Amino acid sequence: MRRISGRMFNKLGIQFLDFASMLGRVTQLIVQTSQWIARGAVDTRTTVQQMIEIGINSSPVIGLSSLFTGMVLALQTGASSRNIFNEPIYIGTVVGFSLVKELGPVLTAVVMAGRVGASIAAEIGTMKVTEQVDALYTLGTNPVRYLAVPRFIACGVMVPVLTIMANIVGIMGGLIVTMYRWDVPSSVYWEDILNFMMISDFMHGLIKSIFFGIIIVTTAVYQGFQCEGGAEGVGKSTTSAVMISMMLILISDYFLTALLVALRIG
Amino acid sequence: MIQVSGVAKSFRSNDVLRGVDLEVRDGETLTVIGGSGTGKSVLLKNMLGLLKPDRGEIRIDGTEITALDETELLHVQQKFGYLFQGAALFDSLTVEENVGFGLHNLTDFDAAKISARVRECLAMVGLKGIQNLKPAELSGGMKKRVGLARAIACQPQYIMYDEPTTGLDPIMADVINELILSLQKQLCVTSIVVTHDMKSAYKISNRIAMLYEGKIIFVGTPDQVRNTTNPVVHQFVEGLSHGPITVDIEKSFNFEDQS
Ligand SMILES: Nc1ncnc2c1ncn2[C@@H]1O[C@H](COP(=O)(O)OP(=O)(O)OP(=O)(O)O)[C@@H](O)[C@H]1O
Ligand SMILES: [Mg+2]
Repeated sequence: MRRISGRMFNKLGIQFLDFASMLGRVTQLIVQTSQWIARGAVDTRTTVQQMIEIGINSSPVIGLSSLFTGMVLALQTGASSRNIFNEPIYIGTVVGFSLVKELGPVLTAVVMAGRVGASIAAEIGTMKVTEQVDALYTLGTNPVRYLAVPRFIACGVMVPVLTIMANIVGIMGGLIVTMYRWDVPSSVYWEDILNFMMISDFMHGLIKSIFFGIIIVTTAVYQGFQCEGGAEGVGKSTTSAVMISMMLILISDYFLTALLVALRIG
Repeated sequence: MIQVSGVAKSFRSNDVLRGVDLEVRDGETLTVIGGSGTGKSVLLKNMLGLLKPDRGEIRIDGTEITALDETELLHVQQKFGYLFQGAALFDSLTVEENVGFGLHNLTDFDAAKISARVRECLAMVGLKGIQNLKPAELSGGMKKRVGLARAIACQPQYIMYDEPTTGLDPIMADVINELILSLQKQLCVTSIVVTHDMKSAYKISNRIAMLYEGKIIFVGTPDQVRNTTNPVVHQFVEGLSHGPITVDIEKSFNFEDQS
């Protein structure tokens, strides 16, 4: 009995140490990246390239998913309020708040984790296993500076930007359904939104999306640099990057919300 | 000068290097030979700080590199050109951008000068008109040669060649041998070459070192290697399957029985 629990503690201990050393390496990655950014060692060309790759190329899928999210929110809210109050009311309020504070940031982040997180982890992972990361050192370039910095900036900027776009497109989707399905005039929809929504609600969502962007890129870059063992390793790193960042997004969303509410932001 | 003393490196339970002592003198070409998987590539990467040894010291021109931080290490690494065993070309960049990569970072050459130098280096390895191709469009031997052009482009003080002639036809292999020799003669480059190609080793080396069971067991001039009485070295350079080096393969074939 004691032997078994001893072994169990041993195993737990090893896992704890692994976890601690991982946290250490992640922190190191974030610190190094911030130092390069602070020193102004940013390659504009690759950063712009990454912004295009991450931002512009993701906008169709983000636009489409948020359009339909806004539409379904308006449909549900209209149906529910009609059941309760006999008329569809407060659609704009519900659609606006849900999108701006929760669904816009979270949906955008989850889609970006799948799309961008995977591609970053796969790209850096492939470079790692084919010694391209080593080659960077021999050609006078620090891999964190060359690979991590542009992706950090691009994700940190583009995820919030796409979130704002998702909010706008989603609210337009809600407007379409409100006007044509529930026959509510658009002026009522806009009033429902603007009478209750404050700048701080908008900031609430935006701050969360910045965190989500950093979670996505940190996880992906870290998994890429950790990658080992050929094509199989790249596959594993990519899957881990997506799964871990999705979980982190959903879990941290709760705590970030709690924190922001406590700070009276939104 | 590169001084390696007592370097040990293991990967989990696999003790690859077990106390390597080796000195590379300025201006010489030192070839490292040894069986597949004995840790030649690992040794090169340790010398360059791409891997950290578990024990031992590595001095590059007197600087002990195993304890340097990233920035200081990068300074030392700039003295090196490295031809990777698998070429390690950046596959998102064109051949031109690959070869010019180091020039872009380490020199203040303008675009025209970089482009001229890239063309010159590609010509040295017998490649022309492929500047705008991506690595995926090249053959194995072409990749190797682009990797070589990239390694020499910045005129480094030390060049490490990890199997420069594997995958090349015999004539191209000799062109590369001549290139290594002329870099040494004209630019006084110090080279460390890893190869299995004994013909090339004899031709280009000032000294040959053999890595066996995690240690350097022999260092000598090509003539000393040819006439060695060391049974391990003799077996290796003559390519004999019988001798002190045993190869783990099932010896279960029995051809006589199959009549
Ligand atoms: N990153 C790594 N992780 C784990 N093991 C490694 C790693 N790199 C090398 N090894 C192991 O170290 C040993 C030596 O590898 P190395 O690539 O140095 O061999 P080599 O002498 O260059 O062989 P070859 O002539 O076939 O290129 C091998 O057993 C290999 O499995
Ligand atoms: Mg090797």
